[in-house]
Amino acid sequence: MHWLLIIPIGMPLLVPLYNRIDPKIAGIPFFYWYQMATALVAIVVMTFLYQVTKDRD
Amino acid sequence: MKLSNHQVEVGVFVVLLGIMTLAGFAAARWRRPAGSIHNLEEWGVGGRAFGNWVTWFLLGGSMYSAYTFVAVPAYTYGIGAVGFFAIPFAIICAPIAYLFSCRIWSVSHARGYVTNAEFARDRYGSRTLGLFVALTGIVATVPYISVQLVSLQALFKTLGVQGDWPLLVALGLMSITTFRSGLRAPALLSIAKDVLLVWVVLSAVLVVAMSGGWGAAFDLSAARFKLTPSPADGLILGADGQLGYLTLIIGSALSIFAYPHALTAILAAKDRATIKRNTAALPIYALALALMAMLGFFAISEGVVPLGSNFAKGVTGDLNTITPELFHALFPAWSAGIAYAAIAVAALIPAAVMAISAANLFTRSIYREYIRPNASPREEANVSRWTSLLVKFGAAALLLLINPGFSTELQLLAGALVVQIIPAVFIGLISPWFHRWALIVGMLAGLGASLYMLYNTPQLSATGKVVVAHFGGSNWPLSKFGLDTHSTVYAGLLALVLNFAIVIVLTMVLRLFSLGVGADRTHPDDYYADADDPLLERLDDLLDGLPRQPHGAHERHEEPVAPHGYR
Repeated sequence: MHWLLIIPIGMPLLVPLYNRIDPKIAGIPFFYWYQMATALVAIVVMTFLYQVTKDRD
Repeated sequence: MKLSNHQVEVGVFVVLLGIMTLAGFAAARWRRPAGSIHNLEEWGVGGRAFGNWVTWFLLGGSMYSAYTFVAVPAYTYGIGAVGFFAIPFAIICAPIAYLFSCRIWSVSHARGYVTNAEFARDRYGSRTLGLFVALTGIVATVPYISVQLVSLQALFKTLGVQGDWPLLVALGLMSITTFRSGLRAPALLSIAKDVLLVWVVLSAVLVVAMSGGWGAAFDLSAARFKLTPSPADGLILGADGQLGYLTLIIGSALSIFAYPHALTAILAAKDRATIKRNTAALPIYALALALMAMLGFFAISEGVVPLGSNFAKGVTGDLNTITPELFHALFPAWSAGIAYAAIAVAALIPAAVMAISAANLFTRSIYREYIRPNASPREEANVSRWTSLLVKFGAAALLLLINPGFSTELQLLAGALVVQIIPAVFIGLISPWFHRWALIVGMLAGLGASLYMLYNTPQLSATGKVVVAHFGGSNWPLSKFGLDTHSTVYAGLLALVLNFAIVIVLTMVLRLFSLGVGADRTHPDDYYADADDPLLERLDDLLDGLPRQPHGAHERHEEPVAPHGYR
């Protein structure tokens, strides 16, 4: 299951993909809201992983 | 009599800071165990007993320091997108910590370590390696503490207080509370700090919403970046800036796993589940940091300028004053006072945790290892107490002695140095394959290469003129290797690549000839040990032949420590 962590580790490293202005959300360029969205994704993935694996440890 | 805005700001600030100091002083009694607190497990890692909430606040308090809240908006204000690197860096730290922090917590719990140098020593069976890891950690931590004090200095400047005395008074008060209460003081204060911080972030977001929103802030910033001649600034990265951004993220994330202070907060957690839950929630801080970073753009659109600036004459002024100046300009005075208190405490907490970590490194890997092998737990705690004082005021002296324009580069330098212990302390968690001698040679080569590259990095003005000849930045141009590109790479990461190359090649050679292979003194089961694990006690009985290490917070009160098996 821990392979899921590739998502929060990989997403912030895709610099060429998110280095862009459009589309904007609430006036915030893509570059900025994408990275903030990554933080939310990281929380969701890790919380999911913890809930699923906690009984096995 | 009506108080001026300025007096209200200073008043609120001083009152809040006074309350915090008293709380820190009382922290010695907080969650105090029945036995004595005069040993390093209690003073240095809070008795390894912090639960979910305290761990969460302490981790946030020691990793997201005032430096991030002051320097990151200053960065985005000055050059735009590049300054945002702190956010992806903070995010990827969490999943990596989720994967590996439990291992270092378990082995430290099982073996009684309070620092990563003790782990490196035992994992590779080399006191010398432990010594080098400890020295690198201490040398890198001192300038990192200075960086925290830079933020505090910028704050006092905005408040209009002249001279160095307020800095020294604030540091002195915090030092006394830490001296008395150990890690409990910054832990308790980080809870108070985060309450203030939530207030600051919420009111900042509210202010932005009421004065035009983010759209206007970004549009006006884009217009200003277009006017400057520098190709490096802008709302997104330039074509040559992407590689530098990527390596800055990776290099900074790695340095977090090498700095001693992040580990101290991890080791203070009470069990493995606490660590996992906390690392899972850690990116919430990254969101707060992102909002703070975007305030740099808001400052541009609101026409806030740093203290001492004179753009007509081309003088930038002190960029670090941007965050406090912004609060001063846009918040009501009492609210600005709260924000200042939050920044000040956010500077003092990491400084305290870092000083504790550096002191623990000295006590465990230098003092007990080389000076007084039979030091009692009480003596260890006392040595750490005094060393932490020395470290803090050493950092203050460093800050006051050097050229102020130089101070922001201290953090880059510290990061590039500390990351060189990654092969020993981080890869060591996964495998003991590396050879101890190879690790030492690689680390020295990496440290040398880092220093060489940073020394030869000049700081350029927007027009390409050399402003500062040495230590002017942390990114190394690849063109110096004869590559036809304008891209740059984080110098610490380049040196780390060299470090790894040397470690791997030398390890293969030394292992081929079976020369001086060190004995791994940890047990595979140590890496899974949990609190209240019956396995722990059983293992100790089984491993009777090995020197018995004290383990667990409450196992070592006043009995003398058995010497290690190295001499």
